[in-house]
Amino acid sequence: MAGQVTQSQFNANLKKYYSFYTGGFVTFVIIVGILEQLGVPNKILGYVFLFATIGLYAGIGFMSKTSEVGEYYVAGRRVPALFNGMATGADWMSAASFIGMAGTLYLSGYDGLAFVLGWTGGYCLVAILLAPYLRKFGQFTIPDFLGARYGGHLPRFIGVIAAITCSFTYVIAQIYGVGIITSRFTGLEFQVGVFVGLAGILVCSFLGGMKAVTWTQVAQYIILIVAYMIPVVWLSVKHTGIPIPQISAYTSSLPKVTALEKEFNDKTTPKGKAEESVRAIFRERAAAATAKLAGLEKDAPAFLAAEKQKLTDKVAALKAEAAPDAKAIEAAEKSVKDFPADAAAAKKAWTAEKGVGARAAPVKAHAEAFAVAGKTPEEIEKNRSIAKKNFLVLIACLMIGTAALPHILMRYYTTPSVHEARVSVFWGLFFIFLLYFTAPALAILAKYEVYSNLVGSSFSALPAWVSNWSTVDKTLMNIADINKDGIVQLAEIVIGGDLIVLATPEIAGLPYVISGLVAAGGLAAALSTADGLLLTIANAMSHDIYYKMIDPNASTVRRIAVSKGLLLVVALTAAYVTSLKPGNILFLVGAAFSLAASGFFPALVMGVFWKRANYLGAVLGMSFGLGICAYYMYLTYPFFGVNGAKWWDINPISAGTFGIPAGFIGIIIGSLISPAPSKEIQELVDHVRYPVLSDGLDTKGV
Amino acid sequence: MQLTEKHKQYWNINLKISSILLVLWFVVTFVMGWYARELNEISFIGPLGFYMSAQGSLIIYVLIIAYYAYYMNNLDKEYGVHEGELE
Repeated sequence: MAGQVTQSQFNANLKKYYSFYTGGFVTFVIIVGILEQLGVPNKILGYVFLFATIGLYAGIGFMSKTSEVGEYYVAGRRVPALFNGMATGADWMSAASFIGMAGTLYLSGYDGLAFVLGWTGGYCLVAILLAPYLRKFGQFTIPDFLGARYGGHLPRFIGVIAAITCSFTYVIAQIYGVGIITSRFTGLEFQVGVFVGLAGILVCSFLGGMKAVTWTQVAQYIILIVAYMIPVVWLSVKHTGIPIPQISAYTSSLPKVTALEKEFNDKTTPKGKAEESVRAIFRERAAAATAKLAGLEKDAPAFLAAEKQKLTDKVAALKAEAAPDAKAIEAAEKSVKDFPADAAAAKKAWTAEKGVGARAAPVKAHAEAFAVAGKTPEEIEKNRSIAKKNFLVLIACLMIGTAALPHILMRYYTTPSVHEARVSVFWGLFFIFLLYFTAPALAILAKYEVYSNLVGSSFSALPAWVSNWSTVDKTLMNIADINKDGIVQLAEIVIGGDLIVLATPEIAGLPYVISGLVAAGGLAAALSTADGLLLTIANAMSHDIYYKMIDPNASTVRRIAVSKGLLLVVALTAAYVTSLKPGNILFLVGAAFSLAASGFFPALVMGVFWKRANYLGAVLGMSFGLGICAYYMYLTYPFFGVNGAKWWDINPISAGTFGIPAGFIGIIIGSLISPAPSKEIQELVDHVRYPVLSDGLDTKGV
Repeated sequence: MQLTEKHKQYWNINLKISSILLVLWFVVTFVMGWYARELNEISFIGPLGFYMSAQGSLIIYVLIIAYYAYYMNNLDKEYGVHEGELE
């Protein structure tokens, strides 16, 4: 191990540095808070947060610059369990977890918990099936393990393909998040925001590889967890007087939310009656749109002309009245002007209008599992069993994907020992758990706020956060007085998931500085994950393809130079793809998990637990797994336009349901029809199974 | 090298504790998920099915990993495959 500092001194120093750092960061937030009180405009504060935090990460990256192979690829293998846990937390929690999770839970109630369970429970698999063994193996990348365990270039190569595919899909989702956060809080263009964020990612991983990424991720974890907790704790105190949201949400807010849900759905109560009047309007509008669509089907040109004529007649009739109503005329003229120009536009507009029928549905109970609609009890039962099945397989895919994402598994190469690797999975999950067990509580607290304070308030005096956000972004907060009674009904509000976390500081009545802090936290979450992913891609290409397969004699200087060059190329490509806005983040994230689960998990686990698994098995298993998974996604994701029939009603996001078993079957069949692996490889398996074994093998490779 | 009986025993115990913990993991995730509606009838810090998926199972995951790390560290020492103090 490099350096004269012993591991325990190193640990003590780290604790000291990060305590100073945390204190410094808190001071910084307080200073920004004082600036706000002195009247500095919010936009400037947004910039201060953006550039101060990116500058901080760049500073850590600069201090950790290195050109040693061991430091560059695995941070010198001396990251203590606690700090590796924090780095894992930051590496793991992406923009989707930080900003999107609570919103998903707000919108989908129990069924959204599949993400909470899937993204935490997967660490049990990491801890028990993979982390200690990978640490003992102790090389640089995940394809390294496949290459050594199964022999030959092909398993390594398929591993590289799998690593690049899933990491690249995932990194696009992260950079997308970076772009959204920077543009929202500073007013920069989305595309500019993407590249500013990218600069922050690059200074760090470019200079110091895994070493810099690790220490930056620890810093980013501290920011993101502080930023997540402060507003939620505050909101909990505001609603319940208890500063522990994870308890108060269930004991105090959830029963109230449940009671309100019943009231909204009961037409005999005043609130239920008001809701019903809004829902009736939505049902009428949907019915009218359905009728128009039917008319369009029969004879489009004639029908369009007739419909337009009706509107023009109405304008004429209004104008001819004895006392013309200027407002009504204006509205009628506008509807003539906005009338769809052709059949295609009409179909699009009316199909969208038909969709408002969904807003007429009763409120779904937050805690109810697998709530589904249906006309007959049999249909409800059938839909429920489909919902339940998809809930469970989604959890399975997310969990197994967690235990197969190379940027996470790579972290376990960096601890000083096998025991530390096991302990660091514990710390990793613990730090992730802190955020994930807060998100469901936040969803309930936010729901209580909306149901009890926003609903029933007057349109002339909306809470400040509602009017702010509905002017900033209609996709996040859209509120309109549908039934013209001047009072807000729940059916009149449309909330975008991301609003929940972003608006919590304002809901809780905190100053803008906390909103800035939340943005900084979201940025830290997205940047840290993007860092880990980009490094994984660049390492797979430079270490596994260039060094191991093309030029095994390359000098260390050259290997690192190649890695850094590739990092730059990959990062720019990813940013370019992101700036094209390829759309649906959930699609990208789901695809990444299913691909990783199908490609890696069977080969990695069997590699440790089944000595008989061999070259042919790995090749067949990995290609079957990836192939089936990719094929099912291609078949069923609307994105690809095939829209084939689903297999057993499984949603495309859980494509791994078919890929993972295919991977295992491939390994078993392939291994059994070809000879057992060589004695050397069997000894390698024993080598990774025991933390210490005097077998003379050295797989550390530094 | 040739593995001793002791080594094989260590590995078998490891497999046993891993399986037990994974069964626990499976139960709190999938069995409880399957019966979420039924569990919601029971009230424990809110409806039980909801509480477990939102918080209870997560706590059990953390405990599973903590116990595994603790147990295996002792097993390493007992079977002489412990790494010793570093530097």
